[in-house]
Amino acid sequence: MGALFTQVSSLAARSILRTARQPAVMISALLFPMMFFAINANGLDAASRIPGFPADSYVDFAFAFPLVQASLFGAITAGSDLARDIESGFFDRLSLTPMRPVSLLLGMLFGVIALGLVQGVVFLTVGVLFGVDVRSGFTGMVVLVGLMIFVALGFGALGATLALRTGSVEAVESSFPLFFVLIFMSSINLPRNLIEADWFRFIATINPISYLVEGIRSLVIIGWDAQALALGFGCALGIVALALAAAGTSLRTRMAR
Amino acid sequence: MTAQTQGGSAGGFFAVAWAVAGRQTYKYFRNPAFLAPALFPLFFFVAFAGGLTRVGSVPGFDYAAGYTAFQFVWALLQAVSMGGAFTGFSIAGDFENGFARRLMLAASNRRGIVLGYVMASIARAAMTGTLVTVLALVIGMRISGGYDVFGLIGLVLLANIAATLFGAGVAMLMRTQQAGPVIRTPIFLVLFLAPVFVPLRLLNGWLEKIASINPFTTVLEAARGFLAGQPENVLPAFGIGAALVAVFAGWSLYALRRAEKAGG
Repeated sequence: MGALFTQVSSLAARSILRTARQPAVMISALLFPMMFFAINANGLDAASRIPGFPADSYVDFAFAFPLVQASLFGAITAGSDLARDIESGFFDRLSLTPMRPVSLLLGMLFGVIALGLVQGVVFLTVGVLFGVDVRSGFTGMVVLVGLMIFVALGFGALGATLALRTGSVEAVESSFPLFFVLIFMSSINLPRNLIEADWFRFIATINPISYLVEGIRSLVIIGWDAQALALGFGCALGIVALALAAAGTSLRTRMAR
Repeated sequence: MTAQTQGGSAGGFFAVAWAVAGRQTYKYFRNPAFLAPALFPLFFFVAFAGGLTRVGSVPGFDYAAGYTAFQFVWALLQAVSMGGAFTGFSIAGDFENGFARRLMLAASNRRGIVLGYVMASIARAAMTGTLVTVLALVIGMRISGGYDVFGLIGLVLLANIAATLFGAGVAMLMRTQQAGPVIRTPIFLVLFLAPVFVPLRLLNGWLEKIASINPFTTVLEAARGFLAGQPENVLPAFGIGAALVAVFAGWSLYALRRAEKAGG
């Protein structure tokens, strides 16, 4: 157990350092979600005038967007890093050492969690500075960061699964539109009861991302909404469990090759 | 090498352009991944037109053709502009793998190379534009503009040519695929810092200020006017489109000369 901890912590430190040493990755992970948030929040400000809109300000409503999008960037980054390790032969060399391959996966996922934590704190700070009113207060912010970490872990494990299955950086990068589609085909831009097109509302309702978004959003625009939080954390944990199982299976398959 | 940029017969110019356009178009349609650049505009269109229809009922939103058509015009302009950007990526790839060097040695008039890439980009834009249009019609877009639609097509063409020339210029200056973000990011920003979701008069704050001075806003609003059969700002929009094409044509020829000096 002690050996596993040492291995995981070493690889987690490597994963964190590798991300921190790539300014382009850090800038993309922090800047792009905020840029999209700023544009969307201002561009759709008029939507807050729709009767029945649940928030006074679209900025508050849209704040879940950068948090979820940031997790997506984290997943792609982590998946690409793992795929690069496979492409470069690092993964194969590692398998010849006493180090357990699961350590690489766990180390990488701790790197994802660390990035998610940084993103959550930075976005909350910037959001509050720019006038986002988090109704659930400081405790709510802590819960929000916690939920974001689960979301990042879930997406990160999906990115790892893709990397382990394909072993190709290009294939992981190509999955970006798929994740992006999942985010946009949810209740990210409007609450589900205000989505007019039936087919879109149906997709948003069966899309688990909607519940992650609504859980995060409830902490900002409502305060403490037990149902939204239960669904948000439930979906996040479900994604984490499924994605970790898929990553574990993919890891075993790759080791058997 | 520069002599070949400046000299060469008109016949050589067009022969080079046709050859480059033919190769690029063949390469594009032969590759199954050719639809990839069309995915983002299609997806943005579906997400915005499907998920935000209710925004069309916001007080003050008075676009006659409806919210789907409102979003379609932006998605179409995005599709053709990003098509231009992707042509830039392709040019950068040609430089990186050495094809551009051989092309420059063989071309009797190198300015034809730029025209060839533009022609290929137009073929590419026609494909992605058709896809976006078919999807829009399937999900119920109304076209109320009649013959005005040709005005929309004219603006779409100018947007594609301007974006291609911009991308070509960057690609020929940098001559590496790392030029990708340098080509993509400004185009993306220009497209998004415009009245994407609601008309300009319903925007406020910093976005309204930036959108007001963004030349793309005039093009976008005129294009929307054509589709709704209520043309507005037609001359300024075509003027801006033509000016962008002229400026970026100069930019791409400057970059071509730099590439020649660097030996391809």
